[in-house]
Amino acid sequence: MSATLGKADFQSDQETRWCPGCGDYAVLSAVQQFMPELGIPPERIVFITGIGCAGRFAYYMDTYGMHGIHGRAPALATGLATAREDLSIWVVSGDGDSLSIGGNHLIHALRRNVPVKILLFNNQIYGLTKGQASPTSELGKITKSTPFGVADHPFNPIALALGAEATFVARTIDRDRHHLTDVLRAAARHEGAALVEIYQNCPVFNDGAFAALTDKDTKQSHQIRLEAGQPIRFGPELERGVVRGADGCLAIVDVSEVGEDALLVHDPSRADPGPAFSLAKLAQTPSAPTPIGIFRDVDRPVYRQRGGDETASEAQLSDLLMAGDTWTVD
Amino acid sequence: MIKTVEDRERVIIRFAGDSGDGMQLTGSRFTDATAMVGNDLATLPNFPAEIRAPAGTLAGVSAFQIHFASRDILTPGDSPNVLVAMNPAALKANIAELQRGATIIVNEDAFSKRNLEKAGYAANPLEDGSLEAYRVHRIPMSTLTTRAVEAIDGVSTRDASRAKNLFALGVLSWLYGRPTDGTKRWIERKFARDPAVAQANLGALEAGWSFGETTELLDVQYRVAPATDVPPGTYRNVNGTTALSLGLVAASVRSGLPLVLASYPITPASEILHELSRHANIGVSTIQAEDEIAAAGMALGAAFGGRLGVTATSGPGMDLKAEMIGLAVMLELPLIVINVQRAGPSTGMPTKIEQSDLLMALYGRHGESPLPVIAPTTAGGCFDAAFEAARIAIRYRTPVILLSDSFLASSSEPWQIPDVSTLPAIDPDFAKPPNDGEEFLPYSRDERLARPWAIPGTPGLQHRIGGLEKADGTGNISYDGANHERMTELRAAKVAGIADEVPALVVDSEPGANLLVLGWGSTQGSIRAGVRRAREAGHKVACAQLRHLNPLPLNTGDVLRSFERVLVPELNSGQLAMLLRARFLVDVESYCKMQGQPLFAAEVEDQIAGRQ
Repeated sequence: MSATLGKADFQSDQETRWCPGCGDYAVLSAVQQFMPELGIPPERIVFITGIGCAGRFAYYMDTYGMHGIHGRAPALATGLATAREDLSIWVVSGDGDSLSIGGNHLIHALRRNVPVKILLFNNQIYGLTKGQASPTSELGKITKSTPFGVADHPFNPIALALGAEATFVARTIDRDRHHLTDVLRAAARHEGAALVEIYQNCPVFNDGAFAALTDKDTKQSHQIRLEAGQPIRFGPELERGVVRGADGCLAIVDVSEVGEDALLVHDPSRADPGPAFSLAKLAQTPSAPTPIGIFRDVDRPVYRQRGGDETASEAQLSDLLMAGDTWTVD
Repeated sequence: MIKTVEDRERVIIRFAGDSGDGMQLTGSRFTDATAMVGNDLATLPNFPAEIRAPAGTLAGVSAFQIHFASRDILTPGDSPNVLVAMNPAALKANIAELQRGATIIVNEDAFSKRNLEKAGYAANPLEDGSLEAYRVHRIPMSTLTTRAVEAIDGVSTRDASRAKNLFALGVLSWLYGRPTDGTKRWIERKFARDPAVAQANLGALEAGWSFGETTELLDVQYRVAPATDVPPGTYRNVNGTTALSLGLVAASVRSGLPLVLASYPITPASEILHELSRHANIGVSTIQAEDEIAAAGMALGAAFGGRLGVTATSGPGMDLKAEMIGLAVMLELPLIVINVQRAGPSTGMPTKIEQSDLLMALYGRHGESPLPVIAPTTAGGCFDAAFEAARIAIRYRTPVILLSDSFLASSSEPWQIPDVSTLPAIDPDFAKPPNDGEEFLPYSRDERLARPWAIPGTPGLQHRIGGLEKADGTGNISYDGANHERMTELRAAKVAGIADEVPALVVDSEPGANLLVLGWGSTQGSIRAGVRRAREAGHKVACAQLRHLNPLPLNTGDVLRSFERVLVPELNSGQLAMLLRARFLVDVESYCKMQGQPLFAAEVEDQIAGRQ
């Protein structure tokens, strides 16, 4: 099947209607390009989305799709995953959708390990409602709803997902198609719930939020690429690295000062989410050196319900109705 | 001693005690024995919202009422003929509902100074003459129970004390000629792992029976003959929760759609989750969701996948589910939403009955979002209502609200078990893969305006649905004003069209009747009983009960207009009355009750009498 499928098989006939330059285009294109690799026919793939710019994603995929309501996509997906274990189910959501109005559904889908892949487009702003602060907007940010600057502390989506004991947690960037596709591939391979945070540029309301990670001049010095089994180091000459300091906290150091052997070796398969959590907290905002890649990828029993695909037989139903003390009137 | 036996046509007994006294168990065992005798019966438990209110206080009183008779009965009864009061609080909490001359059986041992104080009695009512209007039997149940079981090996004082409810059951079983073998088998099963406790309970039960036989306190035994006007068939005793759950499973089997119930714990709807979660081995998946919204969303997600999606809740949960129900209206997918109504607003009175969510069920969503609403009228009828809700949801691709209530959920009655083969088949009629070149239109409609149900996994039918307005036919996003108006009308016409399948409103009338008593949902029994009494008193009156609240039966207007006066008793401030007045321009009169209690037959009788 996969041999005969191409990107075009996953493109719907609907005209895409994001703003020119929106990061969503790049993600859509990467996802459509990647889908044939799954080897799953389009009719067995479902995209479920919430509300917001990212919510439109479902309309552009020529798969089954449901554009749900604000924040509730993980709940809809949990019901579908419970009903149909034969489907590949993807949730597409934004930072407001997933972390504000839908925060509860997100954490429960993750802790249950529902077999859904959740793509969280994080642009650190409300786009569709025209520019209010989101739960990932940085402190002090001036937006339409925060003329004196954001006063509430932002969520770190990776740390939140790890706190919910998600079994797969990754971060990638809209403009790095290769990295994005690698992460999607790993998420698809993962059997349980996967949370993929995608830094996504909003050119209208929050342009350049991730510029440090994407601009040619700065990205090498700001992207900390996590690779399983490898020491964590970055920079144009890989001259910087991450170590665990004497106080137990992670720190960024010059490799030349500590030596390569002192660097933390990344292991996303560790049962203990502690190191992954520390990595997630390494950068408070994406203007500083920020880890991208797979923070955690562990096995845990996948959420299933015992009801199965078959209804009771008529005989079983009859037994059920006749259960308990019965009596007959002639 | 020689005892006389008197016949009674019907008896209402209320078992009342502290919530730790096992009154629900006592009542339900008495009920099962009564069913086996062949009496018609109806029961109603009444317990506090608190799991363990302070022992001995009025707040902690738990009661169970059974009405049984040799003829068909319609309600659990208004006023008990017999009150079994296991402590002073139980007496105080219930005495106001007794008629003069009623029998009171008390556990005399519990009337200590301390217990009297906790119940708020300044003086012992057993001593001060305040019970002179009643026939009071003082039985030292605690002492007699302890004496009967203390010799059994391994029985602790606590076990002995806790078995006094079985002693009371033994006394009442003797008094009304109920067999005890079923309860004995039940005790042996229940306490199989704890033989001493089993022996204590068996001993207490037998001691209670023997006490009845030998004591001079009780000189009359009563006989309630088996009901003779019962249609032939196999019966079991069910409450509304069980019947409703079984109806859903039956609909699942007859439609071939595995059942997915998603719920969040809430009183009293949780019982449906408990009941269905036991049936995972027969195609029932249950999800305890993180919240009410998620529960509705999970059921809807399952429906998208081609399952029978159900969510069950009570009033406050409906507030939260409104958003998801609106989505289901837009998606036009089958979804069953069960609201076991309770007294509101807000947390209100979680264990008490009210019918105050009617207008919310009909209109409690933003936008024009019509959907069918069905309200079962009896505990056993919850089976049919659930089955019917599923059938309509599947046939019309629509969310359906099933309006039960806390009275139906917990009251029980004999239920004629249907023959599975007689239940109609429900065809989910999933959309089939298209022929080559054929365009799939997710929002095309059949003759009943239902759209195709195309489930994931079907090749060639990939499509996207969502909460945004749909273009007629294609289902693409559309902001076109004319299209929106057409879609709004189509959604409304689809639901209105269900009326063609709604059974006509059946009126129980008699020549000369110019007053119609019209109710809806769970008040059916009380209304019929009240009407029966009014007729016995010589009044001419008709009655009818609405089970379909949207759409209403097609003959509703004609029925209303064929009577000079229409009285609508409701457990709310007049919601159905308002609806009928608006829709049919008929001068409907309301009788409203909002006391957290069922409607009583006597109230209906009084209301009728006052209008003649």
